[in-house]
Amino acid sequence: KDKEDDESKEEDSCSQQNRASRENNHQQKNSDGKKAEEEGSRRRERGKKAPTKDQKESENKEKKTNKKEKEGNDKQKTDRKNSTTSSNSSDEESLSEEELAMLMEQVEQKKKLISTMRNKPWRMMKKLSVLREAQAFVEKFEGALGKGKGKKLYAYKMMMAKKWVKFKRDFDNFKTQCIPWEMKIKEVESHFGSSVASYFIFLRWMYGVNLVLFGLIFGLVIIPEILMGMPYGSMPRKTVPRAEQATAMDFSVLWDFEGYIKYSALFYGYYNNQRTIGWLKYRLPMAYFTVGISVFGYSLMVVIRSMARNANESTADGDDDNFIFSWKMFTSWDYLIGNPETADNKFASITTSFKESIVDEQESNKDENIHLRRFLRVLANVLIICCLCGSGYLIYFVVKRSQTFSKMQNVGWYERNEVEIVMSLLGMFCPPLFETIAALENYHPRIGLKWQLGRIFALFLGNLYTFLLALMDDVNEKLAEEDVVKNITHWTLLSHHNSSMGNGSTATPPPLDPADVPRGPCWETTVGIEIVRLTVSDILVTYITILVGDFIRACFVRFMNYCWCWDLEAGFPSYAEFDISGNVLGLIFNQGMIWMGSFYAPGLVGINVLRLLTSMYFQCWAVMSSNVPHARVFKASKSNNFYMGLLLLILFLSLLPVAYTIMSLPPSFDCGPFSGKKRMYEVIQETIDLDFPLFVAKIFSYVANPGLIIPAILLMVLAIYYLNAVAEAYQRANAELKKKMQMQREEEKNKRNNKASTNPVLQDLEDLFTPSTKNESHLKQAEDKKIDSPNRTSPVAKTRQDKAAALGGSPMTGGRGRAFTLPPHMFVTRPPTPHVWAPYPGQPRPRGYPLGPVPGRGRGQPRY
Amino acid sequence: CFFFLLVYRLHGRYHEMAPNVVPMDYTKDPDVKLPMQLIINMPELKENPFRERIVESFSEDGEGSLSFNDFVDMFSVLSEMAPRELKAIYAFKIYDFNTDNFICKSDLEKTLNKLTREELTAEEITLVCEKVIEEADMDGDGKLGFADFENMISKAPDFLRYCFKKKI
Repeated sequence: KDKEDDESKEEDSCSQQNRASRENNHQQKNSDGKKAEEEGSRRRERGKKAPTKDQKESENKEKKTNKKEKEGNDKQKTDRKNSTTSSNSSDEESLSEEELAMLMEQVEQKKKLISTMRNKPWRMMKKLSVLREAQAFVEKFEGALGKGKGKKLYAYKMMMAKKWVKFKRDFDNFKTQCIPWEMKIKEVESHFGSSVASYFIFLRWMYGVNLVLFGLIFGLVIIPEILMGMPYGSMPRKTVPRAEQATAMDFSVLWDFEGYIKYSALFYGYYNNQRTIGWLKYRLPMAYFTVGISVFGYSLMVVIRSMARNANESTADGDDDNFIFSWKMFTSWDYLIGNPETADNKFASITTSFKESIVDEQESNKDENIHLRRFLRVLANVLIICCLCGSGYLIYFVVKRSQTFSKMQNVGWYERNEVEIVMSLLGMFCPPLFETIAALENYHPRIGLKWQLGRIFALFLGNLYTFLLALMDDVNEKLAEEDVVKNITHWTLLSHHNSSMGNGSTATPPPLDPADVPRGPCWETTVGIEIVRLTVSDILVTYITILVGDFIRACFVRFMNYCWCWDLEAGFPSYAEFDISGNVLGLIFNQGMIWMGSFYAPGLVGINVLRLLTSMYFQCWAVMSSNVPHARVFKASKSNNFYMGLLLLILFLSLLPVAYTIMSLPPSFDCGPFSGKKRMYEVIQETIDLDFPLFVAKIFSYVANPGLIIPAILLMVLAIYYLNAVAEAYQRANAELKKKMQMQREEEKNKRNNKASTNPVLQDLEDLFTPSTKNESHLKQAEDKKIDSPNRTSPVAKTRQDKAAALGGSPMTGGRGRAFTLPPHMFVTRPPTPHVWAPYPGQPRPRGYPLGPVPGRGRGQPRY
Repeated sequence: CFFFLLVYRLHGRYHEMAPNVVPMDYTKDPDVKLPMQLIINMPELKENPFRERIVESFSEDGEGSLSFNDFVDMFSVLSEMAPRELKAIYAFKIYDFNTDNFICKSDLEKTLNKLTREELTAEEITLVCEKVIEEADMDGDGKLGFADFENMISKAPDFLRYCFKKKI
């Protein structure tokens, strides 16, 4: 353990960025450490290392300062020995200004080399040796530079910088480790590709958003109410009515969110309309209202921000349709795949995608029976619209029926849960039906998927809205009922008061027990309960579907396959695929419910947080254990914003009913934080009037004036119009530029093609020389590699070596080849990139001749 | 430290492939190489259609046997942190089957056959190869040089995402 620490400290001391080399260094050091069992032997080893470092530095310095000629490897070794003493002694002397500046420059250069070494395609051995040299150089001369003026300060600064770098790196590592479920998602991704992982990333994002909402609602509404509000049983709205008290603790009642749960802080009705509660004078109704609004505000902000970020990323892609086949060829293999099944599916999907593109390519010119296709598409749409209308009507019908059931006594379990059952069944059976119908349309799969998403979304939306309309009917009924109950309550209280007054005029009347006071129906709590029930049943149905449809099926297929007539794994049932679109839409729909219900049932977000947490683990497990990867993986990056768009739409739609109830329905008279007011938003006016100075109320009344609001809206519309126009203009300019680039590309291609065709002689020449150079390059490769590592240490040495190569005997053919082929390049005034001769620009792996065009040209041109 | 563990793990991987050949300590810089057959059976490479090419292009002798340095090299290039240009260079090497520094039609055909497990017909293969060359060949010489390849790869949105990422 100590040794490891020691290693890491040592590692700190070298300010290297190169990860790979660092790894290797470590490796070597590690093995050093392992081998040396005593400290003493380690010291000795280090002692041995030090002189060699010095030697290298001095050698390096020689190269840099150009004072010594470099002939060959053998000679250098002797040189090194000689120069060690001299250079060391020269170090001791004070350096002149120029030398200092030069040294500084060199140190900077070396540092740059160290930091960019990772990008160099060198062999590890070479990287290592170069890195060590550069490091030793920097280490040594950095100290020397600080000589004279505050060397210690300099050293201290350097140390701090290194420590800072190390700290930042550790912090980054720590940060990546802190991302929740990163490893889980990576595991899923490595088995199922990124499209399935995108669902889990979406789920994680949603979990984060919900955690924030949960914090808002719990921290600002529920906990203050529990801590400082009136306790349970102190007033009618916080007490279970006498008639229900016998069964209030039964599980079946609690399961329906009646009984004690209904009269708890989880629902709207429990809250009192007292302006301030507790010793903090916490304004609970105000807080309730603001939190309800800010839940929407925060969600809108987060969704829009992430959409904008996605859009930024997706526009950075650039031109898409230029390299369809090339990209498929070179980038389609997913290098993360390590699982044979996934690999099989990937092979299949690559093959199909190639086939698709081939078919597209072949069919792009061909004109097929467009009338039939059009007819089929119209037919499919008609069928699907019929399905949607039918399901909408079914829900409406069922909700109506449930209202009549709710009035009847002793109805069965089915009648009470009919709405939820019907909605869940529709959600289960309609998507596959749509998919079957969509097969008629014969769309491109990506477009088909979007249609499918849109249709399922419309189904869910239709369900949601018919559900809401039915709820509205319910609410209106309740409101009518309320007026009656209000009178009864008033009368009861009055009569109670009167009777007690009548009995004994002196004694104060005993207060009526809160459980006996007649209650209004409290439509807000009813809505909240309805939504919570729906959410819970949705959770259950989802989990049961996963358990039965995926896990049990997988078990059946796996184990019954030994004794069955046909191959179950390849044949009919097979294993389930992970249904990305369905899952994502389920998540979005569920979130819409949460947004809508959180105003009436503050505890709903807590349920949702639990749901997301469990479904993260449960679905990860289900995917890994019982699903098979898709045959056709659709791009996750593109459709992510599509999901976000759907989410935004749902958010907006769920905002509407809440805003409607806040603005235009009277709150219940005997429950909730806004009871006694005409409208819910009056709580703001009340706060402004009572808690703020007068001028604020004045300003507020001015701002709320329609004469000011209408111009403001107008201004906003104009601004939107203007910005839209600007964006469109940019887009047009973009398209224009793209077209221009395309044209330029074509032109360039044509030019080159023409050149190739009009200069057959030159082409012949090139052909003539290609094989010879190729052979030569193979021959040269071996010996080049030997010279390689010392050769590349400094550019000066490189060019010198190049010159030597050009002068020497064997590379002569190469030089001549270049000399012959250069003129054609010059004729067409093309930039002299020797694409034929140096296929790796910037990659200093020599193939026969030097890469830098300078020496070859320099020698070649005077001859002509 | 993170990187220290990484290399330690890498060495562990290297060691466990041939425990009797690879020594545990590298102080003396032993000249040990593992043959290609052992390397390509690693779980990371086992399913990769280009595994032989990957190993070959990272081996110093071009034959496919890897020393530990080459092995670390391979993982450092295939890791997520390696820069795009470096990946492009090695990708080019990998796809260049006959090591003539060009991706020509025969290389493309081999690549395609490996990617699709030879499920395409001959006409389809020629069509795809022609399309690839038509798309990416900027200098009109009928094959892809490194400049062409890099130009094409650098525009690919998925290259960093999918290509050449690996866990240890």
